[in-house]
Amino acid sequence: MIDVIAPFLEATVRTATPLALAALGETITERAGVINVALEGAIIAGCFGALAATTGGVWLGLLGGVTGGLLVGVILATFVVGLRSDQIIAGTALTLGAYGATGTLYRVIFGETGVSLSVPTMGPIVIPGLAGIPVVGRALFAQPLMTYLMLGLVPLVSWWLYRTHSGLALRAIGERPSAALVAGIHVARWRTASILIGSALGGLAGATLVVAQAGTFSEQMSAGRGFIAIAVVALGRWKPHGVLAAALLFGAASALQYRFQSQGAAVPYQIFLALPYALTLLVLAAGAGRGRAPAALARAESSSD
Amino acid sequence: MPVIVRTERGAGVLAAFGLPVGMIAVLMVLLAVGGFDVGASMAALGRGAAGSLSIFASSTLVRATPLILTGLAVSFAFRGGVFNIGADGQLLAGAAAACAVALALGSTVGPLTPVLVILASGAAGLMAAAIPAWLRLRFGVLEVISTIMMNFLSLYAIGYLVRGPLQEPTRVYPQSSTIDVAARLPFLIPGTRLHAGFVIALVLALAMWWYLRFTASGFRVRVIGANPHAASVAGGVNTARGTTGIFLASGALAGCAGGVELSGVTFALYENISPGYGFTAIAVALLAGLNPLGVILSAIFLGGLAAGAASMQREAGVPSVLVSVIEALIILSIIAGRALLARPGRVRGAAR
Repeated sequence: MIDVIAPFLEATVRTATPLALAALGETITERAGVINVALEGAIIAGCFGALAATTGGVWLGLLGGVTGGLLVGVILATFVVGLRSDQIIAGTALTLGAYGATGTLYRVIFGETGVSLSVPTMGPIVIPGLAGIPVVGRALFAQPLMTYLMLGLVPLVSWWLYRTHSGLALRAIGERPSAALVAGIHVARWRTASILIGSALGGLAGATLVVAQAGTFSEQMSAGRGFIAIAVVALGRWKPHGVLAAALLFGAASALQYRFQSQGAAVPYQIFLALPYALTLLVLAAGAGRGRAPAALARAESSSD
Repeated sequence: MPVIVRTERGAGVLAAFGLPVGMIAVLMVLLAVGGFDVGASMAALGRGAAGSLSIFASSTLVRATPLILTGLAVSFAFRGGVFNIGADGQLLAGAAAACAVALALGSTVGPLTPVLVILASGAAGLMAAAIPAWLRLRFGVLEVISTIMMNFLSLYAIGYLVRGPLQEPTRVYPQSSTIDVAARLPFLIPGTRLHAGFVIALVLALAMWWYLRFTASGFRVRVIGANPHAASVAGGVNTARGTTGIFLASGALAGCAGGVELSGVTFALYENISPGYGFTAIAVALLAGLNPLGVILSAIFLGGLAAGAASMQREAGVPSVLVSVIEALIILSIIAGRALLARPGRVRGAAR
């Protein structure tokens, strides 16, 4: 039994890592009242940025991923904060554009046939001793650097949102921007920052896919993870620890799916894939009181001063 | 949440005619930057989209058909203040229902079959929209989030259907059997692939235009979209009921797109039946200024662009995904243009 569970847990954490990175960023963005539908675009841009920069080494690859995500974020912030455009429409357009741009650039630069490129990857960092713990050892203590970074970010984001002045300011903007403005909070500046942070983490999630997992790039390899991250944030009720748990649940569902698929079990594996989404809808319906969405989320008219 | 994407009339006309021309220019610049032969690429694009009347009908108009229907779905929702970005999922639900009904009926009801198939697809799209509509009505759940969930759920449901109950009899391929000839939409012009779904789309566009312009109920839809608060306080409009109705109608239209695509083009159900029609629909709707008749033109423009891009890839080696960049640029230039044209007066002074 253990030899089944341990690899399953390992796969769960591996799948959850990029999801959680993107979702933690999205948590910050949504807490400031902005829903980043361009997150999917930031992730694919991050994948491509990592691919383009990884010739200079793995670290440069990560930097390239963040840069790709930031590029999408800068455009989104220009529209949402600068021009007060509708967040959802601007975000959808950017995701479309990022798919098109990365796909085109990939074919133009790396050839049309899509000879699968292979890039150097980050190996797992095995923590001596702890990785030897039965069942959970390898899942928690033999993962690539990005997993540890993600796990470290959870308390950090939590501390920032709930224990600092600027975190309080950010949450105030997401609840009632007009009141935040009167309180002297620079709404436009913080919303811009929240979009940039979220998009950068989205880019990092994309880089993780390339540099720490796939070791290659393919068109649309983000595979909807930006949209899944939006679901993860809602399921995690806009709280960092909840978001981590939700990301692990989505990761587990997809790990289970592969297990069932490979064993050719009679259970339709789509059920496992669909389950987290159905659960998210239920949680959204049930969460009318505690842990609801920021009140000003996705409101165009209050997007800046 | 007033929708602010509707353009002023003058700006709308400018967008409708200036933007496509501008986008062709942008495309040519992108091609030149990418090191492609601009002349040869554009010639291939032109041939693929409208090289002859029959190519125009078979490629451009066939691609425009689902875009008109999803474009109408998105326009109607946006006009009524509903951010339905689940048109893709509703389209999938429609296609699945159409397939199930077509396979169940076979040739038993004869020429009536396509009618029932399309009605089933509309009903399925409506039901797929009913869940996020109800969540919004009852619990105030943002439809952006819930329709994203529904897109995934629809996709997985199709994944299950084409490997389970609706899978073809040999059980090798993840797709359904081909539907009976009786269930297929008739072709309009012999020798082309243009099917009756195009007419359905045109009729629905006209109907929506008439409804929004000439009926009291259509007026209420516009009022709810323009200012829900004023609609309920001053207009005595039941906005909650109105919003739900708009959401359901939008879903039904997107569902029809799936039914029409299945019974007019693919004849079978599989997972990739929509290459993102529900998202391109946003570009279609905005380019049309949310006007139902404009949707016809903008869908033909974007359908032609997609058809042309396919031949540009075949003949000139230009990646066809470049079209997504153009779609994105269309949307972004429209919302940027709006923001710059309608700069809110600096009445409140230096707000900071």
